[in-house]
Amino acid sequence: MSSSPARREALRHMALLLPVLTIFSAFWLLPMARLVAVGAGGPTGIAAYWAVVTDARYFSSLVSTILLSATVTLATIVISVIAGMFLQRNRFFGRSFLLATLTFPLAFPGVVVGFMVILLVGRQGFVGSITEWLFGEKLVLAYSMAGLFLGYLYFSIPRVILTIMAAAEKLDGALEEAARSLGASPWQVIRDVILPALKPALISSGAICFATSMGAFGTAFTLATKINVLPITIYGEFTNYANFALAAALSIVLGLITWLALALARSIAGSTVAAAA
Amino acid sequence: MSRSPRFYLQLAFTVLVCAFLVVPVVLSIMAGVTENFFIGIKSGLTLRWVVEVWSLYSKTIFLSIGIALATLAVTLLIGVPAAYVLARRQNRYTRWMEELLVLPVAVPGLATALALILLYGQFRGFRISWSFILVGHVLFTLPFMVRSVLAVMGAIDLKTLEDAAASLGASFTQRFFHVILPNCRQGILAGALMVVTLSMGEFNITWMLHTPLTMTLPVGLADSYASMRLEIGSAYTIIFFIMIIPLLVAMQWMSEPPNVRARARKKQHG
Repeated sequence: MSSSPARREALRHMALLLPVLTIFSAFWLLPMARLVAVGAGGPTGIAAYWAVVTDARYFSSLVSTILLSATVTLATIVISVIAGMFLQRNRFFGRSFLLATLTFPLAFPGVVVGFMVILLVGRQGFVGSITEWLFGEKLVLAYSMAGLFLGYLYFSIPRVILTIMAAAEKLDGALEEAARSLGASPWQVIRDVILPALKPALISSGAICFATSMGAFGTAFTLATKINVLPITIYGEFTNYANFALAAALSIVLGLITWLALALARSIAGSTVAAAA
Repeated sequence: MSRSPRFYLQLAFTVLVCAFLVVPVVLSIMAGVTENFFIGIKSGLTLRWVVEVWSLYSKTIFLSIGIALATLAVTLLIGVPAAYVLARRQNRYTRWMEELLVLPVAVPGLATALALILLYGQFRGFRISWSFILVGHVLFTLPFMVRSVLAVMGAIDLKTLEDAAASLGASFTQRFFHVILPNCRQGILAGALMVVTLSMGEFNITWMLHTPLTMTLPVGLADSYASMRLEIGSAYTIIFFIMIIPLLVAMQWMSEPPNVRARARKKQHG
């Protein structure tokens, strides 16, 4: 054999990558290519890709999904910064219990999150029975936009709080001390010292939260709301109307949006934005 | 020790957030063992809902465990060697590959599932077998295995270790199994826990890929939420909780490996 060690090593590395490349190409790249083709192969052709903007029904579904996801992201970040900074900075009795309650829901599938919302604000829900007892009227939110909002908050908060706590651990306390000694108010310290230092973590966890919310299917599916978020619209087109081309086109558009959000966040925040589960 | 009013305000807020997360969990546990949730605990405690779930859905539990283990086996077999190459060769192409592998997680599971159905749905035997779901789970969990192993491999000097072993006459196979793998045990274990947990809970892809004969645990949950009484859905959810708690505890324990804990202690003392 006349091959050099370097060449042998290169061949070995190729051989070790081969299984992954084969499986990934056969079961993701090729199917995705097919999805793109099917999206353009319907009665309307390429125009199916524009349907999400030109068709009022799909456009309103897109807009409500984006608005919902953006609102959830914003609310999650505000809640998580307050609670996360508090848990990171203070030691008190019961702190580890509170931390544990944040970790547990991380592994819940979307369907379980939907069920949690039903138990909380559904027809036989906890909040409903309290308001019935207090005001004689049941408060039922689960099957409306508010229910979706609560469900998306439910799966977003644990992820974002844990990311913020990890970032807050690395903050330089001396900077805050310096700001305070120079006469900065607590609010100024938060605005000018803490938030800028947390920015990369906020951007990356915010992007993950937004992307996950855009694609969340299980939660909306369980709540069976009248509100058509994009994943439910796609599912309906595919299974109820067998409108494969449109379902394919819409899911490509949705995939592009979530991918773009994550890629954009990574280029801004610089750090690796691991995608969401 | 006296605390400022701001402390109590923040504490109250944080407790409220945690209550939002934990109250429904407690409710579902209660509902799962209550005779009639609508009447409340005073209707009596019972295990009959759990028994009923077992008779209706025990198959989904075993299928989920089977698929999770199969997913783990595949991600170990293809993911660990891939991580090794990605760690040893850091160039434009390997970075692209890393990016590519994350795509099934970056795009919604619904898109991946539709794509699989449109291309492979016509192969009946494959479409109706559990291996169709396995494919979806492997795509979805693979990046987590690769990243977790890669993170550990990036922290050790693989090339020096390998060169040392090679200079002592170790073949590649010997180096890989006796030097490289033992050195990234931590990453492999963390990745494995992640893969199993994610596979057990995967719904977005699985819902599209399943058939009435290949129902996984989360699919069964969705089915029970939609068509069974609240108590049965709750009892089923309890079973799901019991199955993921050990995984979560193990992951928590893994995220603070002994050497990090020891280092933290040292820092505190010195």
